[in-house]
Amino acid sequence: MSIVGVLFDGIAYGSLMFLIAIGLSITLGLMNFVNLAHGAFAMLGGYVSVILLQRAGIPFLAALPAAFFIAAVAGVVLERALYQRLYRASHLDQVLFSIGLVYISIAVATYFFGPSQQPVRLPAFLQGQVEIGGRGFGIYRLFLIATVAVLTIGLQLFIDRTRFGAAIRASVDNATAAAGLGINVNLVFALTFALGSGLAGLGGALGIDVLGLDPNFPLKYMVYFLLVVAVGGAGTIKGPLYAALILGVFDVAGKYYVPQVGGFVIYLLMVVLLLLFPAGLYGRRT
Amino acid sequence: MAGARDTAIVTKHTESRAPAGVADGRWHALEIVFWLVPIAAYFVLPDYRILGSQILIAGLFVLSLDLILGYAGIVSLGHAAFFGVGAYTAGLLAVHGWGEPITGLAAAAIVAAAVGYLVSLLVIRGSDLTRLMVTLGVGLMFWELANRAASITGGVDGLAGVTMWNLLGLWRFDIAGRTAYVYCFVVLFLMFLLARRLVHSPLGLSLRGIREGGKRMPAIGAPVGLRLRTIFTIAAAFAGVAGALLAQTTQFVGIDTLGFPRSGEVLVMLVLGGAGRLYGGLIGAALYLIAHDYLAGLSPVYWQLGLGVLLVIVVLFARGGILGGAATFFARRTGR
Repeated sequence: MSIVGVLFDGIAYGSLMFLIAIGLSITLGLMNFVNLAHGAFAMLGGYVSVILLQRAGIPFLAALPAAFFIAAVAGVVLERALYQRLYRASHLDQVLFSIGLVYISIAVATYFFGPSQQPVRLPAFLQGQVEIGGRGFGIYRLFLIATVAVLTIGLQLFIDRTRFGAAIRASVDNATAAAGLGINVNLVFALTFALGSGLAGLGGALGIDVLGLDPNFPLKYMVYFLLVVAVGGAGTIKGPLYAALILGVFDVAGKYYVPQVGGFVIYLLMVVLLLLFPAGLYGRRT
Repeated sequence: MAGARDTAIVTKHTESRAPAGVADGRWHALEIVFWLVPIAAYFVLPDYRILGSQILIAGLFVLSLDLILGYAGIVSLGHAAFFGVGAYTAGLLAVHGWGEPITGLAAAAIVAAAVGYLVSLLVIRGSDLTRLMVTLGVGLMFWELANRAASITGGVDGLAGVTMWNLLGLWRFDIAGRTAYVYCFVVLFLMFLLARRLVHSPLGLSLRGIREGGKRMPAIGAPVGLRLRTIFTIAAAFAGVAGALLAQTTQFVGIDTLGFPRSGEVLVMLVLGGAGRLYGGLIGAALYLIAHDYLAGLSPVYWQLGLGVLLVIVVLFARGGILGGAATFFARRTGR
């Protein structure tokens, strides 16, 4: 694999991580909530798409919005029922609570789907490779990168240009003052949580081919999502995007060029980055 | 009127032995009863001595986490690193021909403390969340290190062939786990005495000050960084001893001793029992492992579901864990 190939795979991997982790960045930046169970929403999206694809025979592209929608609904229900009680709790309580949710999600997924990996059959037009400049690129990975790029631009425009986006930015900066100006901060929290969960669900559905899908998914990738947010800085879009791309490329490169150290590179990178930039690359808080 | 009220408050304070949560260093009758339980269990439940040893070891591990979380307020998601370092130290010593248990424990404590000191230099920087992530990252790094250095550690297959000499040259580590149980109990009790002394010392009180108001402590001249590094190093040594106990009594070191699940597990045990009380962790470890033994016997799915639901309930309704809940309950009953 050439440098271009490593970069390409790393970017595809990184953009998937970004898509899943962006919701975590929002919850952490907006509600200051450490949600270790964020991966559970991605897993939910993955299982929704698997059910729709395998059992209901719905086409792949139609299953993706469904994964987004169901994960978003689950997000808003959990946010109103449970999460919002813990916004003011300590980080320790939030960590424990969300670890609890992770275990519950693993048990439920194992109960319904069994412990094995779920297969996914991609539609024919997303399989294979295309030749660009004499190099072969996987079509599905190109599709992934393109989807995430479009979503990121859309998300950035949504947050920069719309009224609701302004309400989100105001609530992130200062929830009390935003509430004083008549913004319904609770509603903003709930809808943003739903959006973040939905994007994670979409990421989970898109990522089955790359990340795999089994009941341990939330635990297995928890670290990666946290990493993206902690390194990138919570509450922004740019920060996690760059962090996800850097980590994705380094992870793929590390595993390819120095397989004997495996995941070590990425953990080391994370610790070093955290110590150099305690508030993340684009941190809003110190 | 006001004067009378003040006197009343003052007398109340001098009468009660110590403010809530701050033990005064004297032994309470309940504490003595508590320590009689594992002794009784040795005789009454001979079939459960192996589980009992596991509980005693986990108890020591939780105790070490309590020192940094309960007293210094540092949330660690990678505490298993020190447990694993201790386990591998003792295990490797025994594999390479030095199977003397007590010196093995001492070596594990020293190595774990050294590693703990180095990690503490990283951990005490930064805020709550950075600490969380750094401890998590360090824990994962150690796992990966053991995984990759398979020629030394045995990798994912674990380190087998740990042969121990007789304890004090007298007692063989028997298959029924009698020696192991007594050994673990004595070590736990001695380490507990040390921890108990520690948290009642000026260091312990100063740590509690840091936990309650980290920004104010420098104002009264407390060297916050030094205090945190000290307790982190000590806690790492405690965890190392716990890991070494596991390696010596099971005569095997698995790579799971370093894994994230173990770091999470010990956190859960501590919070279940109640952090910052020393005994909370011990009770939490016992309940956790007994429930695990029972539920996982039925089905691993039940265990994970039960654990998850329990955690959510503890956080939502019973902050402070079992001992915290009990303390609030009794305070309410006696308070009014």
